[in-house]
Amino acid sequence: MTDLVAQATDATMWAALRRHTQARIGLGRAGSGLPTQHRLALQAAHAAARDAVHSPFDADAVAGALTGVPTLRVRSAAPDRLTYLQRPDLGRRLDPADRARLPRGDWDLVFVIADGLSSRAVHDHAAPVLRATAALLPGPGWRTAPVVLAEQARVALGDDIAHALGATMVVVLIGERPGMSAADSLGAYLTYRPRPGATTDADRNCLSNIRPPLGLSHSDAATKLAALMRRARELELTGVALKDESDEAAPLAP
Amino acid sequence: MSGYTATLGGRQYRFAGLGPLLAAASPERSGDRLAGLAAESAQQRVAARLALAEVPLERFLAEPVIPYEDDDVTRLILDSHDAAAFAPVAGLTVGEFRDWLLSEAADAIALAAVAPGITPEMAAAVSKLMGNADLVAVARKVRVVTAFRSTIGLPGRISTRLQPNHPTDDPAGVAAALLDGLLLGSGDAVIGINPATDSPKAVRDLLELLDGVIERYAIPTQSCVLSHVTTSIGLMERGAPVDLVFQSIAGTQAANASFGVTLGLLDEAYEAVSALGRGTVGQNALYFETGQGSALSADAHHGVDQQTVEARAYAVARRYDPLLVNTVVGFIGPEYLYDGRQILRAALEDHFCGKLLGLPMGLDICYTNHADADDDDIATMLTMLGVAGASFVICTPGGDDIMLNYQSASYHDALYLREVLGLRPAPEFEAWLDRIGLLDERGGIRDVTGTAHPLKELAA
Repeated sequence: MTDLVAQATDATMWAALRRHTQARIGLGRAGSGLPTQHRLALQAAHAAARDAVHSPFDADAVAGALTGVPTLRVRSAAPDRLTYLQRPDLGRRLDPADRARLPRGDWDLVFVIADGLSSRAVHDHAAPVLRATAALLPGPGWRTAPVVLAEQARVALGDDIAHALGATMVVVLIGERPGMSAADSLGAYLTYRPRPGATTDADRNCLSNIRPPLGLSHSDAATKLAALMRRARELELTGVALKDESDEAAPLAP
Repeated sequence: MSGYTATLGGRQYRFAGLGPLLAAASPERSGDRLAGLAAESAQQRVAARLALAEVPLERFLAEPVIPYEDDDVTRLILDSHDAAAFAPVAGLTVGEFRDWLLSEAADAIALAAVAPGITPEMAAAVSKLMGNADLVAVARKVRVVTAFRSTIGLPGRISTRLQPNHPTDDPAGVAAALLDGLLLGSGDAVIGINPATDSPKAVRDLLELLDGVIERYAIPTQSCVLSHVTTSIGLMERGAPVDLVFQSIAGTQAANASFGVTLGLLDEAYEAVSALGRGTVGQNALYFETGQGSALSADAHHGVDQQTVEARAYAVARRYDPLLVNTVVGFIGPEYLYDGRQILRAALEDHFCGKLLGLPMGLDICYTNHADADDDDIATMLTMLGVAGASFVICTPGGDDIMLNYQSASYHDALYLREVLGLRPAPEFEAWLDRIGLLDERGGIRDVTGTAHPLKELAA
């Protein structure tokens, strides 16, 4: 074993390992520091992420990818990106005029597609995840409100939206904070009977890193999300009391 | 309600209570402005500091910033206050306390003795009168030593958390990042993974992976998968190899509720993990993370400034004799700490307050891509915290965490820090590095690129 390893070059070893992770492994050293090429690569990635934070949300494109699905547009109370970044409280509340336009109904569910901190993630992944999830929840048991496309939005804006619509459950698909290797990561937040201002993060369930092919695939995300949604409806709750057991192949040892 | 006053520039400033006084005295940061608590002018800020300097430390026992009957963290702080330990400083004002802390009289022994008598609010208050250099100079004198399979916090040493996160918890991806970190000499504080989901099965798979590697190479360190405390309790009941129980905590009852935790739940976890007795050189088995802004983020700050609320989380932590506590400074975003300057200040404050209260304080020195900061800020913070004697820092491959989407220190940064400050890893881990051929003649980490090494069998 050791002989085989000794024969392999480190480059070969790290190349093989990089098939399993995008982490910046095996960078080598310049003394204690990073070799020049890797330091500059980090700067390039940071520059891309900085630029991604400020790219605008294209609600038309998302609506276009949801052909046949009714959609509504809303804005949060944060009027622009700069305010949004500094005032999360405004990103959690609907613009009052937009709130008044939401159609109140007897909805079991509303999907919210929210820009969050990466419009790119939403553009790339929100519509396919929504379609795949909806396909797993067939039948009249899920009376689903029009999909709400929300601009300058934080996760908790979904509480305000669900409350205004009269929806029992809300799924917020939202662009996560861009990282250096991932500027396109989508998060899904599930909340049962949200109460604006009273619901906390402990009352939600979250799937993060929806970002094929390197993160969670659209279909896997949909499977997990649909399982959580069914379980949430059975238990009439979401949050820390609801565990994601969908990949629990067999009971753990006692 | 007496209120507090100070005169500056011919104008009298008035502050309604200790809470507003502490808030107005705080160095500027976006989170206090977001909360509507920040000083309205630079002069008002200094006036608040003038008033704060005159406040007797005993006043903090009489006037809780969050009412006793409303909040279990306040009750914990006041009910566990050690009057005998407090006695040597009981007659001091906040300003006099700063002078005493900086004096030679406040040596490691005196500081350790007084710690149980210091409340979080006293620590926060004095920090607001201190410059960055003061925060370094005093923290550097404090000794807090904890142990599990390695010993953390000894003089002349700094430890690292190896953080091999993966966006889908893929075991092969985690193992690859783990190998990278070990080859760069990281992981003596803990090998700690933030899981992508809180699924008990996924968490257990990661625990068994880490436990297997630690056992295979006889590494004197501990593993942790940073799942919710309820998940850890469930896994311990089912016999999973849990070394450390982790939980994010905050400085108010309501903020802890937003994390899904209560003191009762933490008590339960503490008893369960202590009963396992998996440590070898010590039995400190809790690991906590905190960070300025979490209480405000949960709308659970009770009108108290974010640094004071953060310090209150340390009262929760010290109840459980943790192995490790770190503030995740800069993670929460620019609405709380806007830029590199504010993140640095917060890092120094949190480290100082944690140490003063007797905690094994480390840091996740980090920033997000929507904050105005970059890797030069990491280098600055790391250097100052190294000088300040931080117990440990978190390190990631290339400083880039692909699961949590933020930038922290890299394994290389830790090599730099140990090199320029002459700091060494935990003694048990250092001996292991030597045994496995990774320690060079100068006590640094040998570059084994291009040569065979047993750890590389992990790649096979």
